[in-house]
Parts: sequence; structure tokens; C-alpha cells
Amino acid sequence: MRKPKRLQVIGINPQHFDRSQIKFFLYLIPVTILMGLPIVFIFFNAFKPLDELLNYPPKFYTLRPTLQNFQNLMATSANKAIPMSRYLFNSVLTTLAVVFFTLMITTMAAYCMSKKNYRLKNFLFGINEAALMFVSAAVAIPRYIIVHRLGMVDSIWAHIIPMLSMPVGLYLVKQFIDDLPDEMIEAARLDGAGDFYILGKIVLPNIKPTLATVAILAFQASWNSMEASNYYINNEALKSFSFYMSTLTQASGNANAMVGQLAGNAVAGLGMQAAATLIMFLPNLILFVILQSRVMNTMSHSGMK
Amino acid sequence: MKLQEKREEASFSLRQIVSPLEKHVDRHSVFYMQAPFVILFILFIIIPVIIAIALSFTDFNSIEKPNFVGLENYINILTNDNTFTEFAIPNTIVYSVIVGVGGYLLSFFLAWSLAQIPKGPRTVMAIILYLPSMTAGIMLSTVWQVFFAGDKVGYLNALLLKLDVIQSPITWLSDSRYLMMIMIIVSLWSSMGIGFLSMLAGILNVNKELYEAAHIDGVRNRIQEIIYITIPAIKPHMMFGAIMAIVNAFQNGSIGVQLSGANPTPGYAGQLIVTHAEEYAFVRYEMGYSAALSVILLIIVWGVSQLSKKLFAEKG
Repeated sequence: MRKPKRLQVIGINPQHFDRSQIKFFLYLIPVTILMGLPIVFIFFNAFKPLDELLNYPPKFYTLRPTLQNFQNLMATSANKAIPMSRYLFNSVLTTLAVVFFTLMITTMAAYCMSKKNYRLKNFLFGINEAALMFVSAAVAIPRYIIVHRLGMVDSIWAHIIPMLSMPVGLYLVKQFIDDLPDEMIEAARLDGAGDFYILGKIVLPNIKPTLATVAILAFQASWNSMEASNYYINNEALKSFSFYMSTLTQASGNANAMVGQLAGNAVAGLGMQAAATLIMFLPNLILFVILQSRVMNTMSHSGMK
Repeated sequence: MKLQEKREEASFSLRQIVSPLEKHVDRHSVFYMQAPFVILFILFIIIPVIIAIALSFTDFNSIEKPNFVGLENYINILTNDNTFTEFAIPNTIVYSVIVGVGGYLLSFFLAWSLAQIPKGPRTVMAIILYLPSMTAGIMLSTVWQVFFAGDKVGYLNALLLKLDVIQSPITWLSDSRYLMMIMIIVSLWSSMGIGFLSMLAGILNVNKELYEAAHIDGVRNRIQEIIYITIPAIKPHMMFGAIMAIVNAFQNGSIGVQLSGANPTPGYAGQLIVTHAEEYAFVRYEMGYSAALSVILLIIVWGVSQLSKKLFAEKG
């Protein structure tokens, strides 16, 4: 009588597989496969030969994988004034900058709001918590006006500066630092350490998981963003790779008229877009797989008290 | 030897300059450490909201100087704007209830289920479930437009034709009967975001002794377990997940435009408040009117969030 009850008790976070878990696998596996199919589809499509892209009936997989789409992507962009590598370079550069500066700005502010005492502290964090609900899509025009006034239109900074204040990032780091013992910081302060020293030498080494999480969120926001390329930047040479990807089907449409091989080129556009999507997607995947245990660690501190 | 001395001298003078500055910065560290974040926060979040509110009382059209028109925009939205009352509002309610509440419940259910299985498979599945939320935007055109393509080469059409469910291909994305349904499917697919991860982490950290104690107290099945132990124990995480779900439901408002490639969406079927505001701003250049719509949207999001906070506060 006692034994089966015990098994049920340790149901959450089990160490080993147990027969009682089969019912969960029975629906989790199909749901996961269904949710994951579009991702598998990206891989197949990127390596599909052109003639299979518009075949009827369409096939999900391909047995003749090819690098043709990637070669087309390179070749097409080589013919234009701005090569693909330029967009890629813009994206990599601005994303690195966004991740670095976001981490710096966010941890400094979060440390203060967590461990220092001053008048505006609760007010500031309260506003930040309200800003978690901020829908940036609602204020696209006012944001444009600000970017314009700051003279950042058609500058590489338009990709970077508007992305740096991240309420979710500040929230997560602050919650994490809250759980660090005050004694640790007090001890350093008694030894005469300043706040910058404490933050760099004592706090930072202890909040690596949350830094990884904020880095991922900042990366995602910047790498996938088209806001700057769409609204703030007219100079083609400064636009981002995500923007370039979104124009691929249109761009090849224009090329059609010139070459006159209508059907063939439209398909080539589809193929190139599939290849570009994979290039966009892979960094997201790799980063998250590498850092997922740190992200989960951060998330256990993420509750709203 | 001389060089060495010079170097020492140079570094000494440098220290003389840097050190007072350092001291100054350290003494006012609270100010300097927060200034960058607070300044950027004010510039790109607070001021845009203020500008939106200010513009909403004008007839700004992006060319002429804006005139103050009082509440005219708001009155027009509420009494004169058929698209708003007939499409944008009901669509937004349907979309955000299903995507927000439905996506939230789905996140919780999947997180709870994942917590019941061992770490290895759980990690793999959690990664797969989370991925769509980080890449949804870039996958819209490549994956979903191909899947729902209007000719027989579209995957859904091909499948249904083969099964003899339909006789001729359906133009899914430009048909007002299907657009909303597709928007909801795609949004639900990408709704396992960081709220989902937060709830998963919360459930995994619930103290096992709580469960044991509850079983002694007479909790017999999983449903009771969820209601009496899991949810109260992870309430802070549920709260965070709820806020993320609400924001997600309103932030992705332009998904209908992206899928159908047109604003306004076919037959206004996918018109939400966000897209309605975008239409007025970027198609009709009525910025004042659009700003009023944005303000209404922000108020709705804020109101819903407060409501959900109250709900969670009362439950515990």
C-alpha cells in the first residue's frame, strides 16, 4: 500500500524513467514533434534542390540535398552593389554591441536597485516592472521621432541604442542579485571596496547564469530585429541581415524581369530565402542549446513577489 | 634605466588624473551606475509614451504642423470608426483571449508535464518547445506562408486535396474566413516563451516535502496536487508567466499583416488594434488618430495586467 503512493509523491522532477511516466510521454512526444516540425522544415528546405521546391505534391523531406541555394544566395548578392556579407557583417557587429552594452548597463542598474539604498529605488523598479507590459509596437512613430531628433537616422547606432534598455533584462538580473547574501557585499565594503569593484569582482562572478540569459534575450531581440532597417535606416549598406532576408523573394522578383526566366528565378528566390532563414535560425539554436541550463537557473529566480 | 623612470613618471601622472575621477565616480556610484539605463529607459520607453499621448490630442499628419483637437480622435474612434468597433475590437478580444489565456494555460500544462519526466528528455523537449518563440518572426514567411500557400503546391492544400477533403486549393492567407484561425495557430505555436521556462523552473523547484505532506493530508490525485500545492507554490512564476503571455498576445499584433502581406488584412479579418493603428500611421498618415489608438492599446494592456495581478493576489 505504501509503495505506489511513494512513487506518486516523487513524481515531480524524477531522476529516472519510470513506467508511471509513460502517460506523459504519450502526449508530450507528439506535441513536441508537431511543434518542432517547422524547425525541421527549415533545414530540409534550405538544402532542397530547386526543382523540388515547387513540386506537386510537395515533399517535406528531400533525398537529394544540395548546396545550390546557398551558392545562389552568394552569387545573387555578389552581382548587387551590396554583397550579402555586408548585411551579415552589420548584423553581427550590431548584435555583439547590443549584447555587450545591454549586459553592462543592465547589471549596473540592477545591482543598485537590489543592494543599494536610496530614495528613488522602489519607484524606479516599480516603473520598470510596469514597463514589462510595454508594447513597443504601439509607439513606433514616437520612437522614430526620438531616433530622428538624436541624429541617429542612417547611422549604425540606430540599430544599437534603441535596443539597450531592456525591462525584462533588468527585472531578471535584479531578482537574481536579490538572492545573493548581503553579508558577502558588506564584507567587501568593510574592506574599503567601492561599488564598481564589488560589482565586478564579487557580484558578476556569482550571477553568470542570469548574464547568460540576458545575453540570449538581447541577442534574440537584436539579431531578429527589423525595426531599425525598416524605419530608421535608408542607406542600404547599413541594413541588417534579417531585413535582407525579408526582401529576398521580392528582390528575385525584380531580377526575373531582367533575365526573363520567370518561373525559374521565383523558385530560386524561394530557395535562397530558405537558405537565409537557416543562417538566421542557427545562431539562435546554438546559443540557446549551449546556455539552456544557465537560463533555467535564472528562471528559477524569476518569480514576481 | 632612464626609460623605466620615465614610464613610472608617466604612470604616476596618469594616476593623479584618474584617481580623483575614480573617487568621484565611486562616491556617486548609485548615480553613475544607473544613469545609462535610466537615460535610455526614459528616451525610448517613457518619452515615446508621452509623445504618443500628446499626439493623440492632435490632428498630426506628418507633413503639416499638428493642431490641438482635444478629444476628437478618441470620440471618433469610439463612435465613428466602424472598422474599429466592428473588426479591430472583436478581433483583438478573440485573438488575445485565445492566444493570451490559451497560450498561458498551454504553457503551464506543458511545463507541468515536462516536470514529470527525467532530465534528459525534458531538456530536449523544452528546447524544441521554446525555439519557436525566439524565431517566430523570421519563420513566418519561410515556413508558414509556404505551408498555407494558396495554390496546390501549398502543403496544407496538397494534403487536403490528397485526402479528398477539398476539391480545389483554398487561398488560406487571403481568405477572410481562415486568416484569424491561422493567426491563432501560428501564435499558439510560438507562445512557449520565457514565461513557459519560468513556470517550468518554478515547478521543478517546488519543495518535495510539500507534496509528501499534502499526501498525508489527503491529497489523492494530480489535479488536487496542482490546485493545492503546485500553483500556490509557484505563484510568483505564474504571475511572471501571465505578464509575458499578455504582452506576447498584444505585441505580435501585426502577425495578420505579415501573413497575408496586406494592410488592411483581407476583409479586415486579421485587423487588430496594433494593425489598425499601423494602417492609420503608415498607410493613411493620420498620426494623431493612430496615436490615440496606440494609447487605447497601452491602456488595455495595462488594465489586463493589473486585473491578472489582482486575480493572483486574491487566490493566495
